[in-house]
Amino acid sequence: MKVKFSFIFILLIIIFTLIIFLKSLFENKNYIPKKINIIENISIKEFHSGNDLKLKQLFGNEKFIIINIWSSWCIPCRQEHKHIKNISEIANIKMIGLNYKDKKDNAQKFLDELGNPYDTILIDSNGTKSIFLGAYGVPETFIIGRDLSILKKYIGPINLENEIEIKKFIK
Amino acid sequence: MTKKLLKLFYFLFFLNLLFSYNVNAQNPQVDEIAKNLRCLICQGQSVYDSNSEFALSLKTLISQKLASGNSEEDIYNFLKSKYGEWIVYEPEINKYTLLLWLLPLFLFIFGGLLIKRKLLINRVKNEKYN
Repeated sequence: MKVKFSFIFILLIIIFTLIIFLKSLFENKNYIPKKINIIENISIKEFHSGNDLKLKQLFGNEKFIIINIWSSWCIPCRQEHKHIKNISEIANIKMIGLNYKDKKDNAQKFLDELGNPYDTILIDSNGTKSIFLGAYGVPETFIIGRDLSILKKYIGPINLENEIEIKKFIK
Repeated sequence: MTKKLLKLFYFLFFLNLLFSYNVNAQNPQVDEIAKNLRCLICQGQSVYDSNSEFALSLKTLISQKLASGNSEEDIYNFLKSKYGEWIVYEPEINKYTLLLWLLPLFLFIFGGLLIKRKLLINRVKNEKYN
C-alpha cells in the first residue's frame, strides 16, 4: 500500500512537471508589453548633419512613423531591404532608419549600393538609443504612433508576410 | 642565466598584473548591476559575462544612467519597462511566483517536522528498550 502511494505521488509530480514544460514550449517568448509602451522623447543624432533630433520632431502630418534599425554589417538587413523599400513607397508614412553601431562610410556604401528608403537616418553609435525602443539588436522594425507609443514590433528581418501586414496596418 | 630569466619572468608577471588591473578598472557599480541582468539574446549568460552587442550596449547605458544620477533601482525599473521582468534575475513576488518563493519555506518546515517525528519515534523506541 505504501509503495503504491509513493509511486502515484512520484507519477503525479512527473506529470505536473511535464505539463509545465509543455505549456512553456508553446508560449510566445517575445516580450510584448501589456500596456502600450511609450518611448521617452529622447534626442538622437542625425546621420548627415550630425544635429540632435528629438523623436517627436520626426513627425510631420503622418499618423505613424516606422523606425527600422539596420547596420551595414548585418546580413539579414540586406535581405529585408527590398521590403523596407516597398513599405517606404507608401505615401503617408515616414521611414526612419536607425543606424546601429556602424561606421559612417560603410553605412553610406550600403545605401549607395542598395538604395536609400529612409526619409531620415539617425545614428545609434553605441547601441544605447535602441535600448529605449526595447530592441535586442539588428534588424528590428517598429511602428510608432504620434504619442511615441510602440504599436507594432518586428524582431528580425521583415519578410513579405510582414510587409503585407504593415501595409494593411498603415492604410 | 637562469636567475636572469627568472627575474625577467617575475618582471613580466607583475607587469601583466598591473595592466590586467587597469583593464578591469571600470565602475564597479556597473558590474554589480550587470551581474543581476540576464543577457536576453545569449543563453545562460548575464550581461556582465557576455560580450554580445546587446550586452555591451546595456553596460554603456548603465554607466551613462549612473553618471546622470539614476539609482540602481531606477535602472532595473527602466529596463523592466523595456524588456519585461525577465531581464532581472530575481523574480518579483506576484501571484505567479508566489509558489516559487514559498515552496522552499514549506519544504524547510516539512523537513523539520519529518526530522522531529523521526527523533520522537526513536526516543519512544529507546524508552521501550530501556
